[in-house]
Amino acid sequence: MMTDFGYTTWILIIPFITFLLLSFFGMRLKGLPAGITGTSALGVVALLSWYTAITYFTGGGIADGGFQKIVAANAVWLNLSDHLHIDMGVLLDPISVMMLVVISTVSLMVHIYSLGYMKGEKGFERYYAFLSLFTFSMMGLVVATNIFQMYIFWELVGVSSYLLIGFYYDRPSAVAASKKAFIVTRFADMGFLVGILILSFTTKTFDFVTLTDINGPAIASKGGAVFMGMSLMTWSMIFIFMGGAGKSAMFPLHIWLPDAMEGPTPVSALIHAATMVVAGVYLVARMFPVYYFTAPEALHIIAWVGAISSLFAAIIALTQTDIKRVLAYSTISQIGYMIFSLGVSGYGGHDGLGFMASNWHLFNHAMFKALLFLGAGSVIHAVHSNDMKDMGGLRRYMPVTNITFLIACLTIAGVPPLSGFFSKDEILTAALHHNKLLFAIEYAVAGLTAFYMFRLYFSVFHGHDRHYHHTPHESPATMTVPLIILAFGSVFAGFLPFSRLVTSDGAPFESHIEWSVAIPSVAIGLLGIGLAWVMYRKETALPDRVASFFSHGYRWAYNKFYIDEVYIFITKKIIFRRISQPVAWFDRHIVDGTMNGIAYVTQSVSSMIKGLQSGQLQKYGYVFITGVIALAIVFIYLVK
Amino acid sequence: MEAKQIMFAIFAIVIVVFSVLTVTSRRILRAAVSLLMVLIATAGLYFLLNYQFMAAVQITLYAGGIVVLIIFSILLTSQISHKFERIETKKAIFSALAAIAGAVVVITTILNHSFSADTVAAAEIDMHVIGRSLLETGPDGYVLPFEVISVLLVAAMIGAIVIAKKGSPHKDEPAK
Amino acid sequence: MNSGIPLEFYLVLATVMFFTGVYGFLTRRNLITMLMSVELILNSVNINFMAFNRYLFPGKLEGHFFSLFVIAVAAAEAAVAIAIIINIYRRFTTINVEDVNQMKY
Repeated sequence: MMTDFGYTTWILIIPFITFLLLSFFGMRLKGLPAGITGTSALGVVALLSWYTAITYFTGGGIADGGFQKIVAANAVWLNLSDHLHIDMGVLLDPISVMMLVVISTVSLMVHIYSLGYMKGEKGFERYYAFLSLFTFSMMGLVVATNIFQMYIFWELVGVSSYLLIGFYYDRPSAVAASKKAFIVTRFADMGFLVGILILSFTTKTFDFVTLTDINGPAIASKGGAVFMGMSLMTWSMIFIFMGGAGKSAMFPLHIWLPDAMEGPTPVSALIHAATMVVAGVYLVARMFPVYYFTAPEALHIIAWVGAISSLFAAIIALTQTDIKRVLAYSTISQIGYMIFSLGVSGYGGHDGLGFMASNWHLFNHAMFKALLFLGAGSVIHAVHSNDMKDMGGLRRYMPVTNITFLIACLTIAGVPPLSGFFSKDEILTAALHHNKLLFAIEYAVAGLTAFYMFRLYFSVFHGHDRHYHHTPHESPATMTVPLIILAFGSVFAGFLPFSRLVTSDGAPFESHIEWSVAIPSVAIGLLGIGLAWVMYRKETALPDRVASFFSHGYRWAYNKFYIDEVYIFITKKIIFRRISQPVAWFDRHIVDGTMNGIAYVTQSVSSMIKGLQSGQLQKYGYVFITGVIALAIVFIYLVK
Repeated sequence: MEAKQIMFAIFAIVIVVFSVLTVTSRRILRAAVSLLMVLIATAGLYFLLNYQFMAAVQITLYAGGIVVLIIFSILLTSQISHKFERIETKKAIFSALAAIAGAVVVITTILNHSFSADTVAAAEIDMHVIGRSLLETGPDGYVLPFEVISVLLVAAMIGAIVIAKKGSPHKDEPAK
Repeated sequence: MNSGIPLEFYLVLATVMFFTGVYGFLTRRNLITMLMSVELILNSVNINFMAFNRYLFPGKLEGHFFSLFVIAVAAAEAAVAIAIIINIYRRFTTINVEDVNQMKY
């Protein structure tokens, strides 16, 4: 039986109204009341989202033995032609409902946490206004009924991310980071837009329900015309994935994410770990039938991009010393996992294991990565530094943060029975069925992940004390309560029957733990933890010896494989010098010169002839009369 | 020479001489009197053309009305004894050149053109005909221009009063 | 009736009067004398109308009435012009046209 989900539009409207209220009247509310307004509005949204999810998954969305796509609300927004129109609406299906829960929960936790973390900051109400804007945009993105609505909210999400990264706009590094994030993702979104245009040209529709219908025109077209060896649909899907890769910080468009850590830490938790950066995963998941049936080459590319990003980011994470940057690279690595998992997935039933695992991992990752970031924020709050060298022995001062951070690290390392174990196991199983080489890469990444997370954990919470400005203290309850809630989420999310809820074709299937994969993956995770224990539990010279043993590799990884330098080389040395500078010269001298010349000539001519406008009536009369006489002569004698 | 030709010659000489005096006299009141003479001589021409009514109108309206108006305004704005400065030579020469050129063009055109007279017999123009035509609505009637001109005159009268009165900085000065 | 005096005599006389008026308009500095030049111009036009009417269309009255209306218009024009001149005199205490040159660049 289908239920009426019309109320879900309020999930969008409430944060938007909150944003407007806080933008226009936030200054009057003065700090804490503004935060409480934003938080309570988000509480309502979270309740609505949870209610929607429970109704949907317990029967509201079930028909014909599977979960159906329900268009809860839809209105034509722009009519482009008879067939092509851009709508605004709410689409509910397992992944969007799951995303609603993830976003609203993490966002609520971050709102509560920020009450403590951001206390006394300048621009507190602005911060909450931006958070509401972000939540609104992200919700609009996930419930989009068509790809163009998704694109619009996609850009809004980008803007809110830009605003929040640059929250401390008096710091040059934050301003640079926000610009970098905006420009890189904009560049990727250009690909997204091109993809949308090709897609709408080929299929004559933007609508997700029509596009992903396996009997629908999009999939029946089998890709359309062929261009440069690949069908138009494949090209469009690759371009669309480019947008997703930009937002999800996949290699080689990942360079903005580590810098985005300049924003306030709760923002990093919300946007740059749990929600916005998984938009790329969500996009591919949303379009998954189209990818699978019309563009298998694109799916292949996706799998490799995911795998390479996860390995690459994990290696860089080994060497970084800024706590937030380690977590940022860890995020890239984990999103690489999800993207990879989609790339190796099949469609329908047990073949869709990768799809299910990807979404499951997304869900779990949102919980434990938000927890890690918030825990890191708690630590930063206590020691006023981002650098791991300034931290050590904090477990004695911050028991709650210590325990919850440990839980998150164990989860990401894939230790059973925590949630990360289950989703990672399913991903590796899907990979094993697909491609042995990709499986090997992901298997190695699992070990690296465990190692670098525990390197982080041990060097922050163990070891001996550093010289702190003041004795570190546990954070206030507004900060620790979200940590505890998220820790519960991380622990128990693994017991959710995901394979019966979120599947590629909506029909539930039974998944079980593949022990032949699970045991080695747990083993390599424990190995990583053990290595970290040996190297970082007590401070020894061992890490330095290892680093100097791999000196070249270490230096490359420490400098993030010089990707930023490559970008700077390409933009500054090649694009700026070879293209932009000549264009600028042409613009300044030829185009502007012409215009200035015209202006100069006009000005000098007018200042020459303005004397004619002398105010002397008789001069005007003289000109008039001689003119009349001249005309008379012309017409009488010359023009017969 | 017939008497008419002599009369025309006299009027023509008066008109030319006093026209030139009107525009060159350095005393403003003399210029006004010269204008009066020109207008009266013009009335004489109308008599020669046998348009007695127009001649009368010319004398009463132009010579009697407008010239008196001009003399009043001269008395209000200038000193009678004041002599104008000489005109700049350059300005005088250029203006004269323009005027002479125009006159030459027009006169040559006139002389090169052969006018063909209407063969219809001359109509008797007495006061009855004029009066009836002015108020007639038929094809030879002029009631519409007559009405328009009367409205114009009213508007001009009101306008003149308003312009001359409004925004006067010297309230004590008697309005004209 | 018209014997002895050709039409061209009237026209040439009117032309001379007209351009005398033009000369005065271009050279006179005093606004009232400029107005007088304009009266000369209007008057010359009237002579033309009357002469044309008498010589070319003796059976009609158009030229006659046109002159009549021109005289009426001239009267109205003189009245308004003099009002303006007096207003200018009050404001600038001069009616020299070269000193009244506020309307320039």
